[in-house]
Amino acid sequence: MRFMVLVKADEQTEAGRMPTARELEAMGRFNEELMKAGVLLAGEGLRPSSEGVRVRFEGDRRTVIDGPFAETKELLAGFWLLQCASRDEVVEWIKRAPFDGGAEIEIRQVFEAEDFGEELSPEARAAEERMRAELERRAAG
Amino acid sequence: MAADAARAIEAVWRIEAPRLIAGLTRMVRDVGLAEDLAQDALVAALERWPGSGVPDRPGAWLMATARNRAIDLIRRGRRLDERHAEIGRDLRARQLTAPDLAAAVDFPVEDDLLGLVFMTCHPVLSADARVALTLRLLGGLTTREIARAFLVAEATVAQRIVRAKRTLAEARVPFEVPGGEELSERLASVLEVVYLVFNEGYAATAGDDWTRPALCEEAMRLGRVLAGLAPREPEVHGLVALMELQASRMRARVDRTGAPVLLMDQDRARWDHVLVGRGLAALQRAQELGGALGPYALQAAIAACHARARTAQETDWAGIAALYDALAQLRPSPVVELNRAVAVGMAFGPAAGLELADALADEPSLAGYHLLPAVRADLLERLGRRDAARAEFGRAATMTANERERAVLLARAAGAADGGGPSPR
Repeated sequence: MRFMVLVKADEQTEAGRMPTARELEAMGRFNEELMKAGVLLAGEGLRPSSEGVRVRFEGDRRTVIDGPFAETKELLAGFWLLQCASRDEVVEWIKRAPFDGGAEIEIRQVFEAEDFGEELSPEARAAEERMRAELERRAAG
Repeated sequence: MAADAARAIEAVWRIEAPRLIAGLTRMVRDVGLAEDLAQDALVAALERWPGSGVPDRPGAWLMATARNRAIDLIRRGRRLDERHAEIGRDLRARQLTAPDLAAAVDFPVEDDLLGLVFMTCHPVLSADARVALTLRLLGGLTTREIARAFLVAEATVAQRIVRAKRTLAEARVPFEVPGGEELSERLASVLEVVYLVFNEGYAATAGDDWTRPALCEEAMRLGRVLAGLAPREPEVHGLVALMELQASRMRARVDRTGAPVLLMDQDRARWDHVLVGRGLAALQRAQELGGALGPYALQAAIAACHARARTAQETDWAGIAALYDALAQLRPSPVVELNRAVAVGMAFGPAAGLELADALADEPSLAGYHLLPAVRADLLERLGRRDAARAEFGRAATMTANERERAVLLARAAGAADGGGPSPR
């Protein structure tokens, strides 16, 4: 099973404060533990939302909104993608992460292909095939 | 609340058990005793933690508890048969110079873990025993989980593990990381075990759908652990690459009716691109370490050719044929030859492929293997020899045990008979 571990932003990450050497070292050690246990699939830190952008959908309209975004609690500062045998195991791993100061980490299980039961909808498949054909046409041209 | 604590302890156990057992094996030099001690510590945790809460460093707590029990055991002279007396002397001797407990716990565990891997995968054990013991001691799986995964009785697995531990003790298999030449040799046995576990999950045709992918995941996790423990060994990265690339296709391998979908017909959008990326990266590490690629890395390189092709038509068949050449040199087998025939047929035309496939006609190990006539039929059809193709498709259909596959082969036999245009594949 895969789990997305979401690290919430706070004022400091949003202000673009870079981690101290000590914090980096602690996080590096934790990442290494995850890696050595074979559970780490991916993980990255995110730049502050002031450098981010949102695209809002309404009918046919697409509105592009530049960051920063106000509601800090909803924002992310980083993520891990972990493969573990249970949610409890992920919780146990995350309890070992070097956070402090009221940090909140959210753990969400990733859908597996089986969860969808059926494969991609025929529409999505058709769109995918059109895109492929177009890419091929361009590559050939 | 107690149930929560029990689940938390189970999670701690899965994370800590391998390191715990590895560290204890270093102390007592007996993997069976080490597991008993670790289990005792787990029982102590189950008694204590629901009340006190899980300690901040649960691994250190378990290790301290297990170590104290080991010392008690020796002091009380319980189970003082010859073997344990020896362990006792050994322990006491080492305690004289032993660093304090915290240092013992913080001791770099890499060598211990690697030592444990080499022990559980020791060639003195049968393949079945190696697999069971590795999943138990390194995977932290229960006997029940292993039994479920391999569709055998729990008692069988339990017996296998007990016997394996006894064999290791009787053969006095040392707890060590072999050096030099022996390392690569012994590592081959370890990699074989991991790949066996992976294939058991990947090639599963029966059983519980939930358990089998879990087995693949466990094998991949063990592979990644090994890659961390032996980062200079290209074949470890080769095996990791092979498993990640094969697993990346898992969800595209069957259609909505559950029928198998051949590689060339798979919807590549459904491949798992996180795993593809990880597989390609692992292969690159294997290649960067230099030297000729080993069998796992070669198979991974073949899988990578497929993974890199955006569409089936873009497949680098000449590259795959060259890799099969290398694999045939290294690990010659009729199945490799047959795959080479397919690749050569795709890269250099059906006549070249057919020549290789025909050379396998009298191969006894392929008698009854439906893919030999199926491959010949495909090549014959592409050469325009429709009657021969029809006969071979028909022959293949009678040889497969899989209903769906039979239907596909019969349809192709009928297609060849119709004189329809040559198949694009």
